Amino acid sequence: MKLIDKLYKDTPLATRREITPKLGFALTVLLAIVWLVPFLWMGVATLRPASDGINAMAELLPSLKPTLDNVRDAWEIGDFPRYALNTTIICTGILLVQFVTITLAGFAFARLDFAGKSLIFYLFLMQLMLVPVLLIVPNLSLVAQLGLYDTLTGVMMPFFASAFGTFLMRQAFEAIPTELEDAALIDGASLLQRIRHIYVPLSMPSFSAFAIISVTSHWNDFLWPLMVINSPDKRPLTVGLSVFTATAEGTQAWGTIAAGTLMVIAPLLITFLIFQKRFISSFVTSGIK
Amino acid sequence: MSLAEPAALPVAASAAPRLHVLKRFSSRFKASLPAYLLLLPSLIFLALFTYGAMGRVLVDALYQRATPKAPLRFVGLDNLSAVLADPYFTGAVINNLLYAVGTAIPSIGLALLFALALSRTNAVSSALRAALFLPVLIPMVAASALFLFIFLPNVGLLDYYIGRLLPVLPNWLGDPDIALSAIMVITIWKNAGYYMLFFLAGLQAVPEDVMEAAHLDGAGPFMRFRHIILPELKPTFLFVIVIATLNAVTQVDHVFVMTKGGPSNSTNLVLFYIYQQAVEHYDIGKASAATLLTLAALMGLTALSFRTMANREGGP
Repeated sequence: MKLIDKLYKDTPLATRREITPKLGFALTVLLAIVWLVPFLWMGVATLRPASDGINAMAELLPSLKPTLDNVRDAWEIGDFPRYALNTTIICTGILLVQFVTITLAGFAFARLDFAGKSLIFYLFLMQLMLVPVLLIVPNLSLVAQLGLYDTLTGVMMPFFASAFGTFLMRQAFEAIPTELEDAALIDGASLLQRIRHIYVPLSMPSFSAFAIISVTSHWNDFLWPLMVINSPDKRPLTVGLSVFTATAEGTQAWGTIAAGTLMVIAPLLITFLIFQKRFISSFVTSGIK
Repeated sequence: MSLAEPAALPVAASAAPRLHVLKRFSSRFKASLPAYLLLLPSLIFLALFTYGAMGRVLVDALYQRATPKAPLRFVGLDNLSAVLADPYFTGAVINNLLYAVGTAIPSIGLALLFALALSRTNAVSSALRAALFLPVLIPMVAASALFLFIFLPNVGLLDYYIGRLLPVLPNWLGDPDIALSAIMVITIWKNAGYYMLFFLAGLQAVPEDVMEAAHLDGAGPFMRFRHIILPELKPTFLFVIVIATLNAVTQVDHVFVMTKGGPSNSTNLVLFYIYQQAVEHYDIGKASAATLLTLAALMGLTALSFRTMANREGGP
């Protein structure tokens, strides 16, 4: 009872005695526990020795003799360091090019007046809706024509321009007082210098929010890299994990699958737990992944 | 400075006005040049991978190859009618509709419950929010690997624990009547925490003093929800419904890892069908026709989301 009082101490006195909100809260607590069960199983199964037998595989209570054998096996079967490197290259490559394209385009929309502005704005808006995944078939043939089939560049290229990022930067740049730019203008700074030395440094929170969204979504991409990549040594983590799961499932090695899954999702989960607030606010401002 | 602005200078001959307009147009273009140069890098990639892609889908849908190596042959609307007559495609469309409704409603409902319960900021509720948000961050492929074991017959997590209560258990992923619901569960687990964020943001707009005043007037929790919170959340609902629908059409990684569309095509979704046509059957014509139909179907949704997006972005 003390705990409940504590939880409700910041609610208005008048509504503190109502029962419905408390029931809703209790249900949410229950569901949050259910939500964590797959993660709990993953952790427990990773550390479970094979000697516990297949029937104990589903046990959510940890084994008394924890072992790292599953981690070692997963490490040996799947080339996870290579997959992680490929995923890192893909995410970094996409992000770096996006930073350039969205800064330039965002500035044009925020500060410049030009013929056809509305038309071009709506062209950008259209990209938000036409979700690139739907266009995998024509984009795969284009990537092949450009000679980029089975290359990491081919995986990255469709995401080099980002309408969402452009709009995010447009908003950030619009919030910057024009007086700052005017001062630089008097000092003879060129357009690019003004962007580089005034707009970019003052918009760092927006850049980092965009980085979180961009990296999270491309870290998790599956179908597109699956189609573009053919060589095993160019697989990103997601494609590597799916091949690994399919192989291990045949041998019923669930402890190894759990260990492999853990290795794939650990980097992003740990980053999230450290920078929780940043992640959450980035996802709220984004709306679209 | 609009182009329709009447000419201020008197113009004499008939050829002169046109020259004047041209001159004005070119000076407007010159003034716009820096903006175009800044937009160029983005527009190149958008042209290649978004607008160009749409154009190519349109053209590809009109051609057919007899074999992967054979030359292209113009077939007009044959691909389109072939797709529409393909029971696998119509099956995928029906599955996708069921899947969209069956994932959107529960995950949005749960998201709203979570947001209402966790709207106050304290250590407990932020820990619970984080727990509910974790699935959003992991790849669908990883979620599928975990749920493969959860749904495993006899030894899996679900059967191991529920098996003690129920005598007969279905084969969750192996039964055509249940498999689609099983993959819906993963989607709900993965997305509810994401939609929760938008409701949390939306709830911040609900004024605390109005809530208190309503309470003093004798309005219970349900009355306050119905008459104060719900109207305030209307734009959030619209936005989340759009995102949930887009997710239902564009995420098929779990289908790929867990069921490959089976058993008996009960979990085949439209995007997976497109993938199968393109990659497994090398039938680009049919894959393009199916893409075209899906794009057309999303146009209605696009119109709706254009409005909500434009409102969010505030227009140019």
